[in-house]
Amino acid sequence: MSTTSAERPAATVPAVRERSTFVHDTWVIARRGFIHIRRQPEALSDATIQPIMFVLLFAYVFGGAISVPGGGDYKDFLMGGIFAQTIVFGCLGVALSLSADRNNGAIDRFHSLPIPRSSLLAGHAVSSLFRSFLPLLLMTLSGFVVGWGIHGSFLEALAAYGLMILFSFAMIWVGVLLGSLVATPEGVQGIAFAVIFPVTFIASTFVPPATLPPVLRTMAEWNPTSSLANSLRHLFHNPGGAAPPNAVWPTAHPIAYTLIWAVGIVVVCAPLAVRAYQRSIRS
Amino acid sequence: MSTAPAIEAHGLVKRYGEATALAGVDLDVPTGAVCALLGPNGAGKTTAVRILTTLTPADGGTARVAGYDVSTDAVAVRRSLGLAAQDATVDGLLNGRENLVMIGELHHLGRKRAKARAEELLEQFSLTDAADRLAKQYSGGMRRRLDLAATLVNEPKVLYLDEPTTGLDPRARNELWGVLDVLVAGGATVLLTTQYLEEAERLADDIVVVDHGRVIARGDARELKRQVGGDQLHVVVNDLADLPRAAELMSSVAGVAATVDQSERAVTAPAAGGVRDIAALAGLLVEQGIAVEDVGLRQPTLDEAFLTLTGQPSEEAG
Repeated sequence: MSTTSAERPAATVPAVRERSTFVHDTWVIARRGFIHIRRQPEALSDATIQPIMFVLLFAYVFGGAISVPGGGDYKDFLMGGIFAQTIVFGCLGVALSLSADRNNGAIDRFHSLPIPRSSLLAGHAVSSLFRSFLPLLLMTLSGFVVGWGIHGSFLEALAAYGLMILFSFAMIWVGVLLGSLVATPEGVQGIAFAVIFPVTFIASTFVPPATLPPVLRTMAEWNPTSSLANSLRHLFHNPGGAAPPNAVWPTAHPIAYTLIWAVGIVVVCAPLAVRAYQRSIRS
Repeated sequence: MSTAPAIEAHGLVKRYGEATALAGVDLDVPTGAVCALLGPNGAGKTTAVRILTTLTPADGGTARVAGYDVSTDAVAVRRSLGLAAQDATVDGLLNGRENLVMIGELHHLGRKRAKARAEELLEQFSLTDAADRLAKQYSGGMRRRLDLAATLVNEPKVLYLDEPTTGLDPRARNELWGVLDVLVAGGATVLLTTQYLEEAERLADDIVVVDHGRVIARGDARELKRQVGGDQLHVVVNDLADLPRAAELMSSVAGVAATVDQSERAVTAPAAGGVRDIAALAGLLVEQGIAVEDVGLRQPTLDEAFLTLTGQPSEEAG
């Protein structure tokens, strides 16, 4: 030991701080995530091009064929739905980056470093949360371009964006779970298309559930994507935000129902996700 | 120099469901030594490395690295080690410098020290000119060098190299061997895994041959060859058509059947009688008018040693 250190300049000996390094390490890994987002714009398409495309497609192609219950402009109705859909899709980003890390050995590299292992997951979560802000901004802007408007108060709008961020945070844990259970990025894409895509469509995202056949209608009414969309419509004072008199509980109380789901997802999915993640790295 | 073992493992066992990856492996690597784990694919080499780097818990046995127990003192172990995994795990979306600075920060060097250390390593591995390019644009050899630099950020007491030259062309491989020579000369303790006998012989003081999760032989290259048997008669003929006759002559001299290698135009057999056998064989070959390229006594190659020890050629994945 003494022979090796004598051959090296004293200044290059690492100074190891003994205090907990969780916050610091999480931030270093989150910063790596930000750089990835910036340098890989094509991987962001689900958060950038796709929502803008949906805004334009539904506003101009399908919009004319869909009538809004209680009247009002379809473009105003549409935006709450597209926000909700994009937020639900937000779980993909973290799932893809986790499974990519696992497949290219990056996770092994990090786990051979003297950092708390939880900081790797936390770093992914932090960068994913920031990543989810980008589509919210882009959709807000493209909404304004097609003629969407926020008609409620400033505080209500603030509450709407707060709800979106909260639900984005919840969806990250769905993403961690997905990224840990599914072996490859291709598999994640497959599940996204087979499961998440229909979930965001069998909802009040693009059409009023009243127009759906009975079974689908019930699914749509209890789907949190619907309640999130309805909450946003309600807070933005857009059409579709006011529940009809005989509505089921989730439709009548969209904000409460959405909050229950957000908390429920975190409480159920976060521990499951951490367990699945730990199992996925152990083999 | 201290002779305390840098790596000390006893009875390591690892199972994946029904399959046993390690069935009781002992390892002792003295400080400053280079040890090669040699074996075919699936022999358990990578599993051993994963246990010794705290990436995977063992199902049985104990291991200490740099004096720390891998199961109870994992963070101290990780602080002491550098791991270059099988696939160079550099981050393709970061440039060379950012890769090294990030690792330095995660070793808690502090941002300033991490940056300075990154520059030192870029210089040492001839990557200064490429420091600002994204790692995904690097050649295979450059990625390996960056990966190796990343494993040295914390000046590890113990360095693990899991198949360091797999997938490299011969030039990049020679380059990497040169880098490893310098590290070893600097006193690093190295555990490397390899499927290439040539690599184990070139780099390691001690070779541990593993197969099916067990150590089947250990020693330096010379000792391993000796385990397989002594000197051999070796003849390479000019004309392939002479090969059967040469084999016949050799068998008669050696007293056992000679081994024929068509592709090398060679026959070999144990040379119990030493030089006397050579002389007798040479006389017979001249008498019969068989033109030869090479006649001599030689030690078995490590490939032959491997074949004898594992029952399969080293190239064949197990």
